[in-house]
Amino acid sequence: MNNISPALELKNIYAGYGETEILHGVNLSVSAGEIVAIIGPNGAGKSTAIKAILGLLNITKGSVLLDGNDITDTAPDRVVTKGISYVPQTHNVFVNLSVQENLEMGAWTRSDGIDERLEEMFKLFPDLREKRKQAAGSLSGGQRQMVAMAKALMVDAKVLLLDEPTAGLSPKYRGEIFSTIKEINSTGVPILIVEQNAKQALGCANRGYVLVDGTNRFQGTGTDLLEDRDVARMFLGGGE
Amino acid sequence: MIALGLNVQWGFAGLFNAGIAGFVSIGAYTYALLTTAASPLHYGGLELPLAVGIFTAMVASGIIAALIGVICIRLRADYLAIATIGIAEIIKLILKNSTEITNGPRGINKIPRLWENFTEERFYTDWPMSWFMSVDTWQVFFASLPRWWWQPCFALSIIIVVYVVYRLLERLRLSPWGRMMTAIRENEPAAHAAGKHVEGRRVEAFILGSVIMGLAGAVLAMHLRLIEPTNTFDPSKMTFLVWVMLIAGGSGNNRGAILGSFLIWIIWSASEIVINVGIDLIADITNVHVGILTTRAGYLRMLLIGLLLQYILQKYPLGILPESRPTASGKT
Amino acid sequence: MWDSFGFEFVNFYFIPGIVLGCIYALGAIGITLTFGILRFANFAHGEVMMTGAYVTWTLMAVTGALFGWVLHPLIAAIPSIFVMIILFMIIDRWFYKPFRNAPTIKLVIASFGMMLVIRSLVQVLWGPNQITFVKGIAKPNSFVRDLTGSFDMMILVPNKHFWIMTGTLIIVLVLGYLLTRTRIGKAMRAVSDSPDLALVTGIDVEVVIRATWIVGGACAVAAGVFLAMDIQMLETTMGFRMLLPMFAAAILGGIGKPYGAVMGGLVIGLAEELVSYPWIGDSALISPGYKSGVAFAIMIVMLIVRPSGLFKGRTF
Repeated sequence: MNNISPALELKNIYAGYGETEILHGVNLSVSAGEIVAIIGPNGAGKSTAIKAILGLLNITKGSVLLDGNDITDTAPDRVVTKGISYVPQTHNVFVNLSVQENLEMGAWTRSDGIDERLEEMFKLFPDLREKRKQAAGSLSGGQRQMVAMAKALMVDAKVLLLDEPTAGLSPKYRGEIFSTIKEINSTGVPILIVEQNAKQALGCANRGYVLVDGTNRFQGTGTDLLEDRDVARMFLGGGE
Repeated sequence: MIALGLNVQWGFAGLFNAGIAGFVSIGAYTYALLTTAASPLHYGGLELPLAVGIFTAMVASGIIAALIGVICIRLRADYLAIATIGIAEIIKLILKNSTEITNGPRGINKIPRLWENFTEERFYTDWPMSWFMSVDTWQVFFASLPRWWWQPCFALSIIIVVYVVYRLLERLRLSPWGRMMTAIRENEPAAHAAGKHVEGRRVEAFILGSVIMGLAGAVLAMHLRLIEPTNTFDPSKMTFLVWVMLIAGGSGNNRGAILGSFLIWIIWSASEIVINVGIDLIADITNVHVGILTTRAGYLRMLLIGLLLQYILQKYPLGILPESRPTASGKT
Repeated sequence: MWDSFGFEFVNFYFIPGIVLGCIYALGAIGITLTFGILRFANFAHGEVMMTGAYVTWTLMAVTGALFGWVLHPLIAAIPSIFVMIILFMIIDRWFYKPFRNAPTIKLVIASFGMMLVIRSLVQVLWGPNQITFVKGIAKPNSFVRDLTGSFDMMILVPNKHFWIMTGTLIIVLVLGYLLTRTRIGKAMRAVSDSPDLALVTGIDVEVVIRATWIVGGACAVAAGVFLAMDIQMLETTMGFRMLLPMFAAAILGGIGKPYGAVMGGLVIGLAEELVSYPWIGDSALISPGYKSGVAFAIMIVMLIVRPSGLFKGRTF
């Protein structure tokens, strides 16, 4: 048991939109260096959990801790400065700005080291280098996803949140995204992924949480969950 | 009355009509053209009975509203505002420029006013008045009344009309149509999914509101007896003041519309008196010429009303009388 | 060869059309930026133009009276831009900010009210009568006239039109640089693109909003001063008259696209002037009284046919 607080922690979160409560007491945590996946059926509250972290909706009870610091009430645009980088599921790039400009915007909260980080991103995503002057909206879905992730990594993220990174992508890109995620993680960034694509997500994650109807149902290491029969019955049957 | 019409468009259907003045002017001009005496200055002068004039005014307003509504109904709120302002401007331009028809910028005068029109022979020499008594008897009758008898009759008539319109609109609000409008306004996607023909309903509301505005225009023409395209229907006064009235009184609420109208009009008129008194005082004290201050004071009133609107918008967005929702049983 | 058609057409219709277009273009830039970034149609924009012109005139009058300097309007315009920017900030803080997250319609009503408030304020302070901005008839620039006269294609351009056209060009170039080369400019484009994404990317949206008011306001003041220079007088309905064509220009060019707004402005300005040209026969195509209807007609057509405008701005 180590005493270092996890990078990100959700403690007993009750949250929702306006008067509708979607999360009823959700707990999860991401520790240093981990990849954690949240899976579950549609409407289970996976994306809601992410939005709760960001402060985009009403948290009625519970707290969100970043490195032990309470960020429950932090406004969404301050959350980035605290070290949370977020890649939304849709509308995750500025379509009318070029790839390079998107990355520059990602670095808004930085005061220095922008050029170096830009270089690092182009090394991580070589395709983007040749397309750097192109409008982000003209790229394919998979490339756009790469831009979105690179943009989120322009700052020194303490935690990276990815909301359904493979949604709507072809199988080729899906595999690439997951290997990129692993590569990013190898640099030490903890990553929290919300995914529909349960099998591949659990395959790449260290640990996973299964949310159903706004509460924790299962949790465990990636492999354990993959082999669990109940989990398999719920989501993994039938080839995805 | 204009506010009641606007309430149908805004309160019921959520449509932002910034071109109120246009519809009112259509009503006014139609009525004027149809009921005034023949004149070389303008078209019409058909000397038709007042009732026909009023009715046609409403219809004309409604038709124009239908045309515009069908084209513009899909526009988002700001675009609709821009479009309706533009339309009001175009209407103004047409009225100003079609000199043969409307006597252009000089306007139409000698518009017959209800009850007072009986002083003109032509209104009782023909049917239906002639059914009751002969021309001479009528003449004697009207001559025997005190000179100002028509004023209270006129005022009473208008109040009755407003009341009738109000009752009709209240029944409408509680009716299935009215409740559907509320549903559409609150949650359009849901209403759409439920199979309601959203756009059609909106156009209906738009037309209805404009018809009422047309009626108001005809009555206005009666009241003023002289209308012309630029000043009578000055959008800063008419369009803006009516909006303030509705917002202050309570959008979505017919009673609020009436309350707001009276309230704001009182404030408007009272401010004129107050400011004039103030000006005299200041002129006495500082020896500044009264004339300059008076003209500028008119704008000061507008300024204050504008600020009042902003204040109300922020602090009391629902107005003084908030909307009362019809319950399922149809009662409020 | 320059026959009477060419002469009349270019000098009395085409060039005035361009000049009017420049004025519309500058105003439309502010409108399209506000529409794109703050997400609402700012009805008060025309009044800001007008106020800018009035303030500039006041500055010119004051310096003339106090120091005997006769400032060129463009020079006096610069301090008045600062004044107007402060005004804009005040308006935003007190009247628009409370509605930042409210349904757009509230903002529209507020700006509608603001339009009246500003206009009334100007009327109270300066009076409703016309004020002469620059006296005298604008004579054509003799250099250009003689030069082109020698080619048999005489172009008559009064100096004021030169100022307006080159001024607009410079402003547009500076704006282009701002939006593509500076950090804040890119942020403005980003927020215009997707305010939600900008928020979670950590972009300070308040700073961007302030920048939008500054840029839009500066363009509006320039447009107002140019307009005053062109018609050589000030009156309190100046702003409202321009409002509809400016909206039309912004919609034509595509909401949120400043270059589109410039294009839209030029097109509408030209269209307005050109329709009064006697294309067919002796009398104008459309009687001059209806000139302002042209902008409106174009706008309605655009809204029905292609609401995203020529340059594919946002549709809502």
